[in-house]
Amino acid sequence: MDRRGFIRHAAAGAAGFAAASGTEAHMAGHGDRGHEHQHDNAHQAVPSDLNLRVKALESLLVEKGVVDRAALDTIVDLYETKIGPRNGARVVARAWVNPAYRRRLLTNATAAIAELGYEGGQGEDMVVLENTPRVHNLVVCTLCSCYPWPILGLPPVWYKSAPYRSRAVIDPRGVLREFGLEIADEVEVRVWDSTAELRYLVLPERPPGTEHMTEEELAALVTRDSMIGVAKVTARPNAPFVQQRLAR
Amino acid sequence: MNGVHDMGGMHGMGPIQHEEHEPVFHEWWEGRAYALTRLVRGQTYNLDNSRHLLELLPPADYLRMSYYERWLTRLVAQLLKNGVITREELESGTPASGAAKATPAVTAAMVPALVTRRNSARRDAQVRPRFRVGQRVRARNIHPTGHTRLPRYARGKQGVIAIDHGVFLFPDTNAHLLGEKPQHVYSVRFAARELWGPQASPRDFVHIDMWDDYLERA
Repeated sequence: MDRRGFIRHAAAGAAGFAAASGTEAHMAGHGDRGHEHQHDNAHQAVPSDLNLRVKALESLLVEKGVVDRAALDTIVDLYETKIGPRNGARVVARAWVNPAYRRRLLTNATAAIAELGYEGGQGEDMVVLENTPRVHNLVVCTLCSCYPWPILGLPPVWYKSAPYRSRAVIDPRGVLREFGLEIADEVEVRVWDSTAELRYLVLPERPPGTEHMTEEELAALVTRDSMIGVAKVTARPNAPFVQQRLAR
Repeated sequence: MNGVHDMGGMHGMGPIQHEEHEPVFHEWWEGRAYALTRLVRGQTYNLDNSRHLLELLPPADYLRMSYYERWLTRLVAQLLKNGVITREELESGTPASGAAKATPAVTAAMVPALVTRRNSARRDAQVRPRFRVGQRVRARNIHPTGHTRLPRYARGKQGVIAIDHGVFLFPDTNAHLLGEKPQHVYSVRFAARELWGPQASPRDFVHIDMWDDYLERA
């Protein structure tokens, strides 16, 4: 497809949902031109197509002076390399080794997390949920995909997916089993549906056999999944605890 | 609105696809769609309205699109609505001749401050809580056609106030630019059996955050 072709294609998909006359009507496909263009969308979901559409949109916004390309690069880089679950892991490890910090974390999570320098969008009002031998906490957002960005980064695909969002509240034990986690009958499974602007972080149980470990070594054991509540932390260090970056 | 986004308790969505060593962005365009959305959100950014725009996608499209494809669709819709770009510019891929060139509002140097900026929905307003911790409540059986954060699976069900989170703006009005209507938000504790019947474990509970306007005395 030549450049003109893909740009026209890009525009068709967008125009199906939107017009200057009203975003809401067009998101719903009720706009005057909504119907004919929705037609185009059926064959728009090919990834390479989306790359072209976004490339065209980005060029337009850069040329118009609306956005700075270096600023876009910086945002992508921050979420690929800095703002991720390692932040939450440091919070958890600190709570495990420092009882005073743990108390602050459980009573005023936002401030305690900010002590380690983590704050910002989608982490403004934090609540920490402590797993114990009697209670296992699990976090979901059934209505969208709310997630504590500053300490866990952007959510994995499964967390945002219909299977997880639909089932975590009605069959949490079945969901946990799919993650390989069997919760004993006598343990309460407590699901937190993030319907408001509170963001939840699970404080997993410190695994036995880690008494000799330093805070840094402990942080390396803590996985993203354990801080959502779909896994427990084990004393085995996890090699893959490196944020993955898209190869280019 | 009783939309397809309100998924709690639905069946038939398939197994959970957990990916080992998942990249933050799977495709180049995903990161760009995310970053573009973060950058063009101006001072007038309204989180509730933005969420509502996604809910207004036709249900079949909502389910077919990936998360970032929904974001991209919303972004284009907002850019057109706000007059940042025109349909003609989108179609041609180049700025209209004579279009005024803006100066980017956010430079790379400003990004770290942008992402760590707090934009809390919490409000200082002195509003009296209608319920207290430990009190039994019922989620109202209401079906607003606009934006709401009261999930269908909880409507009409009884629970107990577990935490008073304080005062927050109210999404049902804020999403439609009808004011912030600040009020208390509580974590309400529902027995899984109250929500799902005898098939659920008697040990399990679901905690749902609810605004005062969603609740009545049980």
